[in-house]
Amino acid sequence: MTGAASRPATGVPATMTEDLLRPLLETSWKFYALVIVLFGVVLLGVGSFAYQVNNGIGVWGLNWPVFWAFDITNFVFWIGISHAGTLISAILRLVNAGWRRPVTRCAEVITAFALMIGAMFPIVHLGRPWLFFWLMPYPTERQIWPNFRSPLVWDFFAISTYLTGSLLFLYLPTIPDFALVRDRTTGFRSRVYGALALGWRGTTKQWHRLETAMQIMAIAIIPVAVSVHTIVSFDFSMAIVPMWHSTIFGPYFVAGAIFSGIAALIIAMAALRKFLHLEAYLHPVHFENLGKLLLMMSLLWGYFVFAERLTTWYGNESAEMSVFWTTQSGAFAPLYWTMVVCNFVAPLCILSFRKLRTVTGCVIASCGVVVGMWLERFLIIVPTLSHKYLSYSWGSYRPRMPEILLLVSTFGAMGLLYTLFSKFVPIISIWELKVGEQPELSQPQETPDEAATLWRTHP
Amino acid sequence: MASSTAVYGLYAEPSAAQRACTALRRAGVPEKEITVISAEPFEAFEFSQRDHSLLLFRLAAVGGLLGFLGSVLLVTGTSRAWPINVGGMPIVAWWPYLVIIFEMTMLSAILTTVVSLLVTARLPSRAKSLYDPEVSDGKILVGVPIAADRTSEVIRRALDAGGALAVKTAEFQS
Repeated sequence: MTGAASRPATGVPATMTEDLLRPLLETSWKFYALVIVLFGVVLLGVGSFAYQVNNGIGVWGLNWPVFWAFDITNFVFWIGISHAGTLISAILRLVNAGWRRPVTRCAEVITAFALMIGAMFPIVHLGRPWLFFWLMPYPTERQIWPNFRSPLVWDFFAISTYLTGSLLFLYLPTIPDFALVRDRTTGFRSRVYGALALGWRGTTKQWHRLETAMQIMAIAIIPVAVSVHTIVSFDFSMAIVPMWHSTIFGPYFVAGAIFSGIAALIIAMAALRKFLHLEAYLHPVHFENLGKLLLMMSLLWGYFVFAERLTTWYGNESAEMSVFWTTQSGAFAPLYWTMVVCNFVAPLCILSFRKLRTVTGCVIASCGVVVGMWLERFLIIVPTLSHKYLSYSWGSYRPRMPEILLLVSTFGAMGLLYTLFSKFVPIISIWELKVGEQPELSQPQETPDEAATLWRTHP
Repeated sequence: MASSTAVYGLYAEPSAAQRACTALRRAGVPEKEITVISAEPFEAFEFSQRDHSLLLFRLAAVGGLLGFLGSVLLVTGTSRAWPINVGGMPIVAWWPYLVIIFEMTMLSAILTTVVSLLVTARLPSRAKSLYDPEVSDGKILVGVPIAADRTSEVIRRALDAGGALAVKTAEFQS
């Protein structure tokens, strides 16, 4: 037998399976070089964290009254990025969008890793991170029980649920692909993939159960994803603090999360396309479709910002106006207008035109959005904390090197985890891609009478 | 687990596999004894239309309900056991508790779905089941266990009728 070459029936290109398994079976020096570089960046963050644990969080630029800054910005930003994957994948699965097939796994992986990185930051920020388990609901000998009325405890439940759901949502459709790799490898590697495949054979019953389970998971994960970023927004909006205590924060945060998530997905897909030579599977049309989505989210983001700003300005409440003006024309104005250009002006100028909605155009717009959305998170947190109600308590904030290194290392960690994942797991779902290539059935296999006699059901 | 013998054919096309399934049915093989294994689902063919069931949806709903009840008990029970005044809120404060209840309901539904999938699809499995690694090369396996009322010859003829690339015999645990 000649493997995938003998698959004329479903119209699948003979090289599809080989193409998509190539990154797993062949390793070039470039892979090792990339891993070493990314690992080095991650080490910077680990070193910075160790330095902070040893010396206390006084090594950061935090000072009264700004006690939340880079770490909480990173937390909100990465949780937002996590909305790229599972949410988009679940929506596209439910509406049965054919073009989703090469995209879903690339997206779901982002969710899993971005959530892990994001969820790390409340722990990093604790000051005494070794006591992080106090967040978990368990009865201690001191009769302390987590306060379910606290938004920080809501965070724990929401992120745990989303992370668990997203990991399972990523893993389940990977099982048939693990079985594929199991059958094409030998020795230790075959045993590892065999264990991950759980003894999958591909019976009609298993396929049906898997597809049903994925449908249920897609239905369940969408409200969970929406709830996660809504709850993250509650960390701010539950506080009676200027520019935070707003009912718009829930949907505003969710829209921003999806916005930054799509941008991250486009960047990741472009990198995979380039470095793993997946041009035959990640077509320009995928980028064009995602570019349209990004454009739509950019408009939605602009709408939310306008609604929030106009309401504040019209209310003219003095405490809020001090925060308002510090971002519009004060110390934070350069960052604010950079954010507006990155999140609204640039995507609009690039993605509105079909000629510019190319792979390169989408990547340029997406890079801007990632920068802009990080700035947005920063500008929600720091200007407010530095300009609270009483002017004598106003202050300022300037980041220090340990915080900056920690931020840089998160991008390194994302790159490292993504690189390793695409090395060990097919980054495009092979079986789903094959299903998309199946030809339409042109004629029935039996007469209707015969089908009714021979089979309980017939299509 | 008892050891059985099966005869199976490998097919290059799903339509050929369907022809083999139909020939097996015409030969009197019960539908539930025909095993079809493929590297991808073929929803357009009748052999893929078997085993449809709403069981997973129902189990997910039950899981969600259990999660709902469990979370209500958790938040109300522990609040009453350790009553702490927080910002003048009631000890059992339903609005904030809805967040916890929602998350635990969904988590429970998701976990139940996964456990149900694993149980009903018989995963993980270490048993020596009917399988051929050529399935991962794109072949479709159609197999039937040999029984007292049907000889290997009868099955082979039916499998050949579909245009099998190869017809083989295998031992498996049933």
